[in-house]
Amino acid sequence: MNNQILFALAVMLTSATIALAVEPDEMLADPALEARAREVSQQLRCVVCQNQDIDSSNAGIARDMRVLVRERIVAGDSNSEVLDAMVVRYGNYVLLRPPFNTLTYALWVAPLALLLLAASIGITVIRQARRTHEQPDELTTEEENALRSVIDTQLPTESRQ
Amino acid sequence: MIPELGQFALTLALGFALVQSVLPMLGAARGNLLWMRSARATSLAQMAFSFVAFVALMRSFVVSDFTVLNVVENSHSLKPLLFKIAGTWGSHEGSLLLWVLILTVFGAGVSIFGTNISEGLRARTLSVQAWISVGFFSFMLFTSNPFERVFPPPPDGQDLNPLLQDVGLAMHPPLLYVGYVGFSIVFSFAVAALIEGRVDAAWARWVRPWTLAAWISLTAGIALGSWWAYYELGWGGWWFWDPVENVSFMPWLLGTALLHSAIVTEKRDAFKSWTILLAVLTFSMSLLGTFIVRSGLLTSVHAFAVDPERGLYILWLLGLSIGGSLLLFAWRAPALESGGLFRPISREAGLLVNNLLLASATGTVLFGTLYPLFVEALAGERLSVGPPFFNATFVPMMLPLVFAMAIGPFLSWKRADLAGVLQRLKFAAMLSGLVALVVWYLTEGGPVLAYLSIALAVWLFLATAMEWSGRVKLGEVTVREALRRAKNLPRAAHGMTLAHMGLAVAILGFVGSSAWKSEEIVFVTPGTEISIAGFDVVFEGIDRVTGPNYVANRGTLVVERNGIYVTTLYPERRQYPVAQYSTTESSIRSTLAGDLYASLTEAASAEAEAQGAWTLRILYEPLVNFIWIGAAMLVLGGGLSLSDRRLRVGAPRRTARPAATETPAE
Amino acid sequence: MKRLLFATPVLVALVFGAFFLWGLNPERDPNTIPSVLISRPAPVFTLPEVAGTGVPGFSRDNLEGNDAPVIVNIFASWCVPCRAEHAVLTRLVAEEGVQLFGINYQDEPEDALRWLNELGNPYARIGSDIDGRVALDWGLTGVPETFIVGPDGTVLYKHVGPVLGDAALRDFTTALAQARQAGMS
Repeated sequence: MNNQILFALAVMLTSATIALAVEPDEMLADPALEARAREVSQQLRCVVCQNQDIDSSNAGIARDMRVLVRERIVAGDSNSEVLDAMVVRYGNYVLLRPPFNTLTYALWVAPLALLLLAASIGITVIRQARRTHEQPDELTTEEENALRSVIDTQLPTESRQ
Repeated sequence: MIPELGQFALTLALGFALVQSVLPMLGAARGNLLWMRSARATSLAQMAFSFVAFVALMRSFVVSDFTVLNVVENSHSLKPLLFKIAGTWGSHEGSLLLWVLILTVFGAGVSIFGTNISEGLRARTLSVQAWISVGFFSFMLFTSNPFERVFPPPPDGQDLNPLLQDVGLAMHPPLLYVGYVGFSIVFSFAVAALIEGRVDAAWARWVRPWTLAAWISLTAGIALGSWWAYYELGWGGWWFWDPVENVSFMPWLLGTALLHSAIVTEKRDAFKSWTILLAVLTFSMSLLGTFIVRSGLLTSVHAFAVDPERGLYILWLLGLSIGGSLLLFAWRAPALESGGLFRPISREAGLLVNNLLLASATGTVLFGTLYPLFVEALAGERLSVGPPFFNATFVPMMLPLVFAMAIGPFLSWKRADLAGVLQRLKFAAMLSGLVALVVWYLTEGGPVLAYLSIALAVWLFLATAMEWSGRVKLGEVTVREALRRAKNLPRAAHGMTLAHMGLAVAILGFVGSSAWKSEEIVFVTPGTEISIAGFDVVFEGIDRVTGPNYVANRGTLVVERNGIYVTTLYPERRQYPVAQYSTTESSIRSTLAGDLYASLTEAASAEAEAQGAWTLRILYEPLVNFIWIGAAMLVLGGGLSLSDRRLRVGAPRRTARPAATETPAE
Repeated sequence: MKRLLFATPVLVALVFGAFFLWGLNPERDPNTIPSVLISRPAPVFTLPEVAGTGVPGFSRDNLEGNDAPVIVNIFASWCVPCRAEHAVLTRLVAEEGVQLFGINYQDEPEDALRWLNELGNPYARIGSDIDGRVALDWGLTGVPETFIVGPDGTVLYKHVGPVLGDAALRDFTTALAQARQAGMS
């Protein structure tokens, strides 16, 4: 059991302690293209690590994927085409930003649905609080007269203002 | 001998917990004072024996008793004493022991300090607390015994990982656990109240200090974890939306909602079901975290060992506690009187919005974290839900909350004048917009969300400051008078101000370090010059240095700005020969404006290495220290609120209402 | 209606609980990902031979128009588990009479040659994939990985890691038998 922990830690730590595992010789000469490569890489999951993007892992496969990403960008692929190329090889698992398809509608719709649910609960609660508020809290005429008679008979005169 | 004593103590503690599970609850139902009061003795006994067990395990670590399996797996004779001690809670079994220790301490605390709540409520609460104890004690004794022995004992232990030998990392679990366990008390109170069928202002006032204490600790624990990741892992990141990070974040979000909802229950006798539900759900999230970390359900960097059998046991615990309490909620909560009349614009409504947004955000994080599991189960496909998803959904949800937080404290209970409040805040709004524009002008491009967040953070800061100055009438009266008023304000008011400002400061840190981070990654040989963020950095060379248990290659980087010397950075690449492990030690220069962050690694390319080059990574992270400062302000603010004298007094008795004033009531 | 609203949390919790129960299945390993190539044609590629091994290079054409399923194994001389797996693969070729093709991943040809000379060469063909690009096309996560490819070039089965241990071997031979039966019908 301890070995598993150590292994997991080793993978995490050796990958991530070497900051942004991108090496200078991988980087593209054109800063704009390199920036795009970074953008794409941050959406790609390292398939042998625990929850890391390929930019942060120094696993061999991660490096190969980084190089492939840059090759495709230099070859003229758009960002989404590069991501598709990775999906062809590794499946949707490799996308850190889940795609928008039949399997993931629920995921992307959930935040909105939750907000709508919250809003409807909120409106209901406020309506209820308002309805209770609008109940008459003033005395009716008879109650007022009854109260006045009590005040007149039972309390000393000075306290009457 | 000592480990066996420890195990025996645990068994005794379980026995007392079993008694406490039954006797006080029955006593409360029957009005039997003796049975109800038995909880004091049993809770103290639980605490005492848990402490004995904990000390027994700690002693085994300190003397490096390698006949104890846990010590073998998690320690080494060469470890410094401090980290031997910390090894006590560094494993699955040991951390569980810490859990129950804190649980029993809190339980004893309730029995001793809970003198001004009704006997019945206290007894029921302690019984519920004992149910949780029984669950954890039995889990340990049956599946995760920290005192298991190994014969013959190996000559030394297995673990000497230098990365874990860090003070920050050692303190991160205890702080988190105080948080999780603190919320268990609130949970017990909530369940007890549901059983009793009554929730009132006294209940809410009683729950408040426990909620605050748990929340403060959880905030500190999460911040410490992030801070450690930032300076130790070497690439300037502080949050990764990893599943285990998420499960520590969710109790924090719900705990914040709970803190605020309880205020409404306390002051206005409203939102009762809401507050009860939040109390139950916050601890449920803590339990869920325990489950996910220890069961191997999801892949995560943080997870303890993958062990489905233990996972099944915890799942049963979850089913009974979460399922049971939510079932009780479904059954009893509808009968709770809903109090409180309030208009759509009022402090109650504001806090309602706060709760709903926090709950939605929590739901989003929960759904995103578990979604890969759902998809795998239903469709057999493997999906990833990573930072891009959470950043795209969570952040936009939080922004309206930040906006509302600024206005909330200005609103009075029951009905408030929104137009008036907004009028008062006109200046703050304009200034926020101005700041955002200035930032936009100074930086060249950045996501729109970043500028919006900056504006909102400044807005929150200014509005909170204005609210405070309004209370002390700063500017309207003499400074001395204002100070006098400030001193007479209840501490909770200062606490709120400090905490809300802390969040604003932290948000500035979040945005600055994410949106405007700059970096340079280059091969360097002695003499190479790099420019970053206005600094000129010269790599002078590598020296070999030796430490107590390591050898390192240390780089020297001279940093100047406009020709003036600023600092020298010494990043290292260390080799630990005994552990056969290497680490990268970054060198950081921290100022309020940002961090200059350098780390050095061996060049990966053969040609570069042949030339004697190294790979240097330099980052500049603007405003990153605002994150830690903001977190500290949150913790201090919570602490101030906790120290408020009124929390030690019991629930308010019915007295004449003071005449309505323009300043909002507490 | 109100009752239903209050019952929602417990119902949601029950649903989650069911998923958790499913997730605890000990057979399930959250760290391995299924291959997207299963039931799809093998990727298109052409790899040169590894000089001196005496067997030709390897390309996609060799996977089509076969009369029986073949095994494709990605290996490297610097990969320690590959050494252990080598004997198993050799035995499989001998006993089952199945054709074995190899992709030599990120290996200098001289190193691969030396390795094969030392351990023996069970491969009918070996492609030299020095930059590892072809292995990426196969969805490699680490060496070794072994595939069963049908006679028409469809990928039928993927095994991650060395084919070692009773369980792995059993699954692999079962898959191979199934592939052969499917091919015959």
